[in-house]
Amino acid sequence: MTTDEKLQILTDAAKYDVACTSSGVTRGGKKGSIGSASPAGCCHSFAADGRCVTLLKVLMSNACSYECAYCVNRRSNDVPRATFSPRELADLTIEFYRRNYIEGLFVSSAVIGNADYTTERMIECLRILREEYRFRGYIHAKAIPGTDEALLTRLGYLADRMSVNIELPSENSLKLLAPDKTKTAILSPMGQLKEQIKENREDLVLYRSTPSFVPAGQSTQMIIGATPETDFQILNLAEGLYKKYDLKRVFFSAYIPVVEGRNLPSLLTKPPLLREHRLYQADWLLRFYGFRASELLDEEHQSFNPYVDPKCTWALNHPDFFPVEINRADYEALLRVPGIGVKSAQRIIVARRVGSLDFEDMKKLGVVMKRAQFFITCRGRTLEGLSLRREYVMRSLMSVDTAKQLEMPEMEQLSLFNGEEYTKCLTGQI
Amino acid sequence: MSDRSNMIYFYDGSFDGLMCCIFESVYRNERPAAIREQNDGQESLFEARTVETDESRAQRVKDAIKDKISKNALNFVKKAFLTCLEDKELLIFDFLRDGFKRGWLSMNDITGRYMQPLYTAVRALDNEAELLKGFVRFSDLGGVLVSVIEPKNYVLPLLMGHFCARFHDESIMIYDKTHHMVLLGQNGQGKIAYLDEFTPAEADARELEMRRMWKHFYDAIAIKERYNPRCRMGHMPKRYWANMTEFWEERCAPAEVEQGGRFAIAD
Ligand code: SF4
Repeated sequence: MTTDEKLQILTDAAKYDVACTSSGVTRGGKKGSIGSASPAGCCHSFAADGRCVTLLKVLMSNACSYECAYCVNRRSNDVPRATFSPRELADLTIEFYRRNYIEGLFVSSAVIGNADYTTERMIECLRILREEYRFRGYIHAKAIPGTDEALLTRLGYLADRMSVNIELPSENSLKLLAPDKTKTAILSPMGQLKEQIKENREDLVLYRSTPSFVPAGQSTQMIIGATPETDFQILNLAEGLYKKYDLKRVFFSAYIPVVEGRNLPSLLTKPPLLREHRLYQADWLLRFYGFRASELLDEEHQSFNPYVDPKCTWALNHPDFFPVEINRADYEALLRVPGIGVKSAQRIIVARRVGSLDFEDMKKLGVVMKRAQFFITCRGRTLEGLSLRREYVMRSLMSVDTAKQLEMPEMEQLSLFNGEEYTKCLTGQI
Repeated sequence: MSDRSNMIYFYDGSFDGLMCCIFESVYRNERPAAIREQNDGQESLFEARTVETDESRAQRVKDAIKDKISKNALNFVKKAFLTCLEDKELLIFDFLRDGFKRGWLSMNDITGRYMQPLYTAVRALDNEAELLKGFVRFSDLGGVLVSVIEPKNYVLPLLMGHFCARFHDESIMIYDKTHHMVLLGQNGQGKIAYLDEFTPAEADARELEMRRMWKHFYDAIAIKERYNPRCRMGHMPKRYWANMTEFWEERCAPAEVEQGGRFAIAD
């Protein structure tokens, strides 16, 4: 089989993995080596599904000896199989990298025989890259649950980021759909990585020559919509993971039926993209806006509002918090206003040092007035002629396409997710 | 300051040249109606003043910007000068004359009439440079990594450090077709020069194989159940596609190349 044929099979098998970011590590270029990495990451292309292409995202192999119900690569499924040799994948990475196709490598693998053997092959590929090519670009490696601790450590010194997939949002679902994986088998490498990362950071402070261990931290992902967990449960799980394991990112992946299974949604099920989108928005609020999960959902409200984003929902439920005075409110309060993002909040803080701001300045600072107008005052005044009729407010808080569809009741509600929100999907940016 | 509505300054198109225009105007206490690159000889109703570029005068203006406004202000106007903003010279001129009066405040005044247009243009420049750090595609042509770009803004100075460091041991070349400039990098060092025209050499079999594999990867990585062309276009405007190998159909494989003709752009 040619490398090209393997590449197509092993890309196709890896495409459902969500994480493709290259952020979180700074490493300049150097004589005698190739590559560099910057903390903000870099998108090299965008695929036809709108997802950013940053890393050469492939499996080492798709010849799996496990039997996870939701997965195309499971043992019993009839698909073409391929396996890269470690050197083959390292060479390909370098050739792609030299042409600036990619920012680095994201290597994962099906379980070839057992977890340790699989990890050894990944280690060999990364060793060739780091030691022979002296590659300074980004590498994300997947930890295979059940791998020996020492091997995992070795992998961690070669990679920038590691991830252990939590796969499904609860232990029950895991038992049902991924019988070869257990909660402990997943959480123990996560715990090991967390501890080693922490120790390594302390050592780095003391001895500057210490090699760094997983410098870009660890992330995880879970499948949404294959099992019955609610948004509330999922968001709480995500928040817990951020706290307990110091994760850099939790990724959500809308379930796409690729195989038939007794315990799975039917093959006709559409991927719950809107749900995934709302979860990313909420995740964004947790990471950058100072929200807590319990502020966004609770026992009584277990699902996100399909019509407006979680930040607008929160604002509508907290009229006492508003209006926020643009010229006086602190940064945290500004961030809570729908239509004001991290950048526009920072710009407001800068610009108001020069002089007091009025409504006509808001647009220039990047504030989305269509949403913000209901929640702010400038110099103590609300926007002139502002209507606070509930339907009007709701309509303004929706994306253009959502609002349009509501006017045409014959349209299917399921297709809500498109247009303006659609183009912003996958980042969760609000 | 007298408003010379019938006066045009001509300069040599360099940043230092523009700095000398500022010097000239302060010295004469006048504001020209326009600042243009070199007198193109067209008859004009305007009175023309050709400003010679003088390094020491330029330096005095740059020092004044740092002293009277801020260090950031100098970096900022250098960037503003690289943008594709129309009449950027006069806008920079007005911003600086205002800044000399108001000091550092003028840099924070992002909604103000002098700062705002420049601020927006610099953001677009930074944005384009960031995108191109990803979208530049090199071809290995006889051991040299060669790329062609067609940016709106003059981004090469912003790309130089990044690519020269990343590909320290390689010889690289990025040709900016819009501005007819070329970035050459070797041993971690880069230089930018004027180059009227440039056509890359034919690719060899190995290069074509890499392009083909990259295209196959690109096609395979998309999930068809999530097909979303608007999202793709929003992140990656179509004007970049022509120079990105994943969208080249015919030049990917030798067999296909023989069919001849220019490459097509896939939708
Ligand atoms: S371990 Fe499970 S999820 Fe991973 S490739 Fe094998 S079957 Fe698929």
